[in-house]
Amino acid sequence: MNTVETLPPKPEILLELHNVKKYFPIKSGVLKRVTGNVQAVESVSLKLYKGESLGVVGESGCGKSTLGRTILGLEDLTDGKIQFDQQEIQDLKRKEKKKFVKEMQMIFQDPYASLNPRQRVGHALDEVFRMHTDMSAQERKTAVMDLLTEVGLKAEHYDRYPHEFSGGQRQRIGIARAIALNPQFIICDEAVSALDVSVQAQVLKLLKTLQDKYNLSYLFISHDLGVVRYFCDRVLVMYLGNTVEMGNVSDIFKNPLHPYTQALLSAIPRPTVKAKKERVRLVGEMPNPANPPSGCPFHTRCPIAQDVCKVDKPEFIEHRENHFAACHFPG
Amino acid sequence: MATVESVKTKDKKREKYIVTTMKRLFKNKLAIVGLVIVILQIILALFAPFMTAHDPSAQNLANRELPVFSEGHWLGTDNYGRDVWSRIVFGARISLVVGITAVSLGLIGGTILGLLAGYYRKLDAIIMRFVDLLFSFPGILLAMLIIAILGTSLVNVAIAISIWSIPTCARIVRGSVLSIKEKEYIMAMRSMGASDLRIMVRHILPNASAPIIVFATMRMATAILSTAALSYLGLGAQPPTPEWGAMISQGQDFMWSAPHLTVVPGIAIMLTVFAFNVLGDGLRDALDPNMDMQE
Repeated sequence: MNTVETLPPKPEILLELHNVKKYFPIKSGVLKRVTGNVQAVESVSLKLYKGESLGVVGESGCGKSTLGRTILGLEDLTDGKIQFDQQEIQDLKRKEKKKFVKEMQMIFQDPYASLNPRQRVGHALDEVFRMHTDMSAQERKTAVMDLLTEVGLKAEHYDRYPHEFSGGQRQRIGIARAIALNPQFIICDEAVSALDVSVQAQVLKLLKTLQDKYNLSYLFISHDLGVVRYFCDRVLVMYLGNTVEMGNVSDIFKNPLHPYTQALLSAIPRPTVKAKKERVRLVGEMPNPANPPSGCPFHTRCPIAQDVCKVDKPEFIEHRENHFAACHFPG
Repeated sequence: MATVESVKTKDKKREKYIVTTMKRLFKNKLAIVGLVIVILQIILALFAPFMTAHDPSAQNLANRELPVFSEGHWLGTDNYGRDVWSRIVFGARISLVVGITAVSLGLIGGTILGLLAGYYRKLDAIIMRFVDLLFSFPGILLAMLIIAILGTSLVNVAIAISIWSIPTCARIVRGSVLSIKEKEYIMAMRSMGASDLRIMVRHILPNASAPIIVFATMRMATAILSTAALSYLGLGAQPPTPEWGAMISQGQDFMWSAPHLTVVPGIAIMLTVFAFNVLGDGLRDALDPNMDMQE
């Protein structure tokens, strides 16, 4: 009887994806006929709980960024379902979508490109309030000043242009813009990849502080496994638009099930002299997403591939508790 | 937390974009020459009545075809005894007014078309085919066609030149929009739920302004030259309007007896066109996006 009370509260699902697909049509010829598809995101299903950080990792071109943009509605969905706060949002019209815009925000990769170079920082933040609230000019100004201090900038930065800031400061402005409307969910698309390591740590710390304060959920897209290990609660590994493994950070880093994850992890440089762990080397390039291989998308480079992998696409199933993988021979 | 980063920003960099651009412009000697001539011309045009002693259309048949540096008429008089200097000064007024009107109208039309074509993929094909259609006419022929429809007058010259400016302007704007719209800050604005109009007007247009400004300056030269050409052909200003092209046209009958009647307005046209062109060149270098913003 007591057990019910002692159980931790079940975390609430904030975002749920069901078989999300995003194809980019390849058009050719004078008539621009569709002759093929780039399968940027082939099939992704995931659940994101309130207040957690889910890392999305994979090499360049595996569809991580496209996934983020598709969730936000910046790209049209080809197929699948996106549920946010128990509501399906993929078919919403632009106007209906506006209220979800407040709840979902994005922090972009390149702090040098994600701010309008001709707009003062204060005005850029002011614009967010102007678009989504009915605050008076004075209220907006106060709100912007509060935001600037919140992300570790100063009030005097209000009138400056983006080019007057360092990369880290610019990324703070990007963060300020993302948290301005008190969202529940933020997509960090390689948010710290362009920064120096020392600045990276500061920005990550800021993101953590904000997460604790506002119970934010992050979808943390990155190719840096070290950062993901430090920052995230759970990890999703993508390969060629497919999810290949998902689980808690500790499980994934200690006992990766999928050979691709194993190869990724063995590529992390280790700052020790002793440890000479076997490096799993992958040969060849990632296959062309316009012409993906049959069966398991990884079989062309997989060190343990068998005949069955060439024919049968493995399902993404739970092999251990909360640890999913798409492989015929996990472990 | 931000201590390491915040120290880096120097107050030196805190100057306005315009100031930096002007500083760069002033390093270019030829551009300064152009700017000075343009400013002089604007002053002449604005204060034309105070710069001249004679009415530009007042005839004085006793003093016909006086050569340059004659007493009271330092640029001489024409075949009706009208003061050439007065006519040049008032002609500057006409050239500038027609040029500015034509260029601004063309700029408005071209910018709207270019923005729409660049931003909306679906409109692109339609708008650009229309622009191609305009492009397929040789400029002066298109202007003559429009004037043939609307009738000869300076207003119609301005309209004709503006229509002729639209396709070039639309192309330039479209090109800039196409590249700017892929920038991450536009993506960021879309993710914030900004409307298309807001993105186009507040975020794309300011960043596309450099090529538009350069185009406008260069186009002023073309517009003034075309006004003169059309007036020379008798399609623009009608006598006794003191228009430079018309002056050359009237003066050419007296090429041998009074060469200054063609040479002086010719030099005026040449100087103006030269000034706007070098100024445009200088602005293009000063506004070069590769040189600005990043340090």
